[in-house]
Amino acid sequence: MEASIAINNLSLSFGSLEVLKDLNLDVGQGEFLVLLGSSGCGKSTLLNCIAGLLDVTGGQIFIGGRNVTWEEPSKRGIGMVFQSYALYPQMTVAGNLSFGLKNAGLPKQEIRERVDRAAKVLQIEPLLNRKPAALSGGQRQRAAIGRALVRDADVFLFDEPLSNLDAKLRADLRVEIKQLHQKLHNTMIYVTHDQIEAMTLADRIAIMRGGRILQLASPKEIYNRPASKYVAEFIGSPTMNFFAGEIGEAGGGLCFMASDNIFPLDDYAFLDRSPVAGAAWFGIRPEHMVCGTDAENAPVRLQGRVELVEPLGSDTLARISASGQVLWIRMDGQANVTAGDTLQFGFDPARGNIFDKATEDRV
Amino acid sequence: MTKAPHLLKGSLKYAGEPAETGPDRALRPGSPATATRMMDGPAGRKPRKVLSRRNIMIYGTLIVVSLYYLLPLYVMIVTSLKGMPEIRLGNIFAPPVDVTFQPWVKAWAEACTGLNCDGLSRGFFNSVKILVPSVILSIAIASVNGYALANWRFKGSETFFAILIVGAFIPYQVMIYPIVILLREMGLYGSLSGLVLVHTIFGMPILTLLFRNYFASVPQELFKAARVDGAGFWSIYFRIMVPMSLPIFVVAMILQVTGIWNDFLFGVIYTKPDLYPMTVQLNNIVNSTQGVKEYNVNMAATVLTGLVPLTIYFISGKLFVRGIAAGAVKG
Repeated sequence: MEASIAINNLSLSFGSLEVLKDLNLDVGQGEFLVLLGSSGCGKSTLLNCIAGLLDVTGGQIFIGGRNVTWEEPSKRGIGMVFQSYALYPQMTVAGNLSFGLKNAGLPKQEIRERVDRAAKVLQIEPLLNRKPAALSGGQRQRAAIGRALVRDADVFLFDEPLSNLDAKLRADLRVEIKQLHQKLHNTMIYVTHDQIEAMTLADRIAIMRGGRILQLASPKEIYNRPASKYVAEFIGSPTMNFFAGEIGEAGGGLCFMASDNIFPLDDYAFLDRSPVAGAAWFGIRPEHMVCGTDAENAPVRLQGRVELVEPLGSDTLARISASGQVLWIRMDGQANVTAGDTLQFGFDPARGNIFDKATEDRV
Repeated sequence: MTKAPHLLKGSLKYAGEPAETGPDRALRPGSPATATRMMDGPAGRKPRKVLSRRNIMIYGTLIVVSLYYLLPLYVMIVTSLKGMPEIRLGNIFAPPVDVTFQPWVKAWAEACTGLNCDGLSRGFFNSVKILVPSVILSIAIASVNGYALANWRFKGSETFFAILIVGAFIPYQVMIYPIVILLREMGLYGSLSGLVLVHTIFGMPILTLLFRNYFASVPQELFKAARVDGAGFWSIYFRIMVPMSLPIFVVAMILQVTGIWNDFLFGVIYTKPDLYPMTVQLNNIVNSTQGVKEYNVNMAATVLTGLVPLTIYFISGKLFVRGIAAGAVKG
């Protein structure tokens, strides 16, 4: 894949505050990249740097093979969609869409064609003559996407575009954005703090923290093989269950020894063929826990008391206290459990994740 | 804009229609199947007494206060419509027996100051010539200032702003003489353009503050979007910011019009007698020591002078409210 965006050793500081630190990132042509992280991790800042709305302190930005580090935002070949829509309130939707094209000095005929085309793609044709104030949230965001669309840009930047919408609309528009990407095959960079948006939309996810990218991988890889404990905790809801303990030899094989449980690690895929013994975290996702008859066949079996049940319809979440620890388990939606029950459950340690206690990196 | 539901306005939701077909119907003991389930006692909207103690207090106070403030205006208008013999009777609250508009005509066109006898008209046109360019110039410059300070932060912009604000706290009197010298050196002393310049400069701190704060409250993303759309400094200002900012322009205009129209000190110092603004002219008419004191002419002249700010308030007050309402529906 040819790189559409390349970011080399990018850094940005406001005075003594370093927001981005020596950051490298390559985004392939037509790729959908999601920047994911909690607030203050620098993801929006990175997007603003790519857009040229913030001047970088160091490093380079290439878009489409062209060095745009010092270019004006409008000269970078990008379209941008903002969280608050940022539609110009005094202009109609058509005026909003054509504003950038008029600034670029395009002929009227072409402006009209492009606006019509974008309106058709986004199904906002009946709204073209309305002012933003007369639109609903979803329509506004569609108009804002249209404003990026008419620019015929190679790269689309989305800055938390769905965060101001209600849950239902958010799901609808998420699907629309995905369809739009499948239709247009533009490079898209999408900033969000919502892991569901990230998992569903992305070709690759970059998880950011403190101005650095912790892991850049496909959603599947990030879910199944998180590179660090932070990533493991960040992705997945309810969050991963962790046991503190250490890796050691027992009964002829490698084992993870928690306080009073031993998990055999014969099938666990270590990053390194010869893992070091020592203090570590063992993490297992709630949905990888099994209970009932399945539990009897699981390599690790545990028993605990159900403290709390959260029926969601599709699944049921149960908080269980077992061997002095609180664990979340995801069960079938129709599972018959009530608080106070004693529950047998188990899991396969091969599906777990082990992180070094000191560095919190995957082993 | 979402409208708050009128909880009290006979909204269907609160009209007390019991859900007779609800699944819990069987559980309600002794509820008749068809009749209303209303019992004795308070129901529906709470009645409000018109003549409650609270209303009497509020409206009583409002009426007394407004009478108190309107009384001088009443006396002025009534007096200005009387002839001198009637005024000499001393009944200042009595309505005019013999209504005459002669004092108004005299105040406008014939009243004498020490130097000439054209009445207020000369001062009125001088004031207009001062007012219009000063208001336009000061608002134009201050709005661009505020826009630049809010959206295009440059190195030292905060310091620049701080200095400008400090300027608002320095008493005028300190600067009077230096400005006299400055204007004299520039060859503008005693001319209307000199006074326009002074008004523009003195309006700068407060207006810049006003515009900066307003533009800072405009969402930053709007500004970013315009930059991505390729709009430059002036393009964003004229096409995005100004159309969104009608309310603040109206506020600035009210401030400047009243301030400049009512100014006396600068008018007296930086112009010469035939260019005196209306306020100075008014003073010269009212305080002229020759002959008898014509109270009716003085009253008419005073009302005439106050008419311009009053009109501005009446016209733009409405615009102002409309502007605020329009500004509230942000996209």
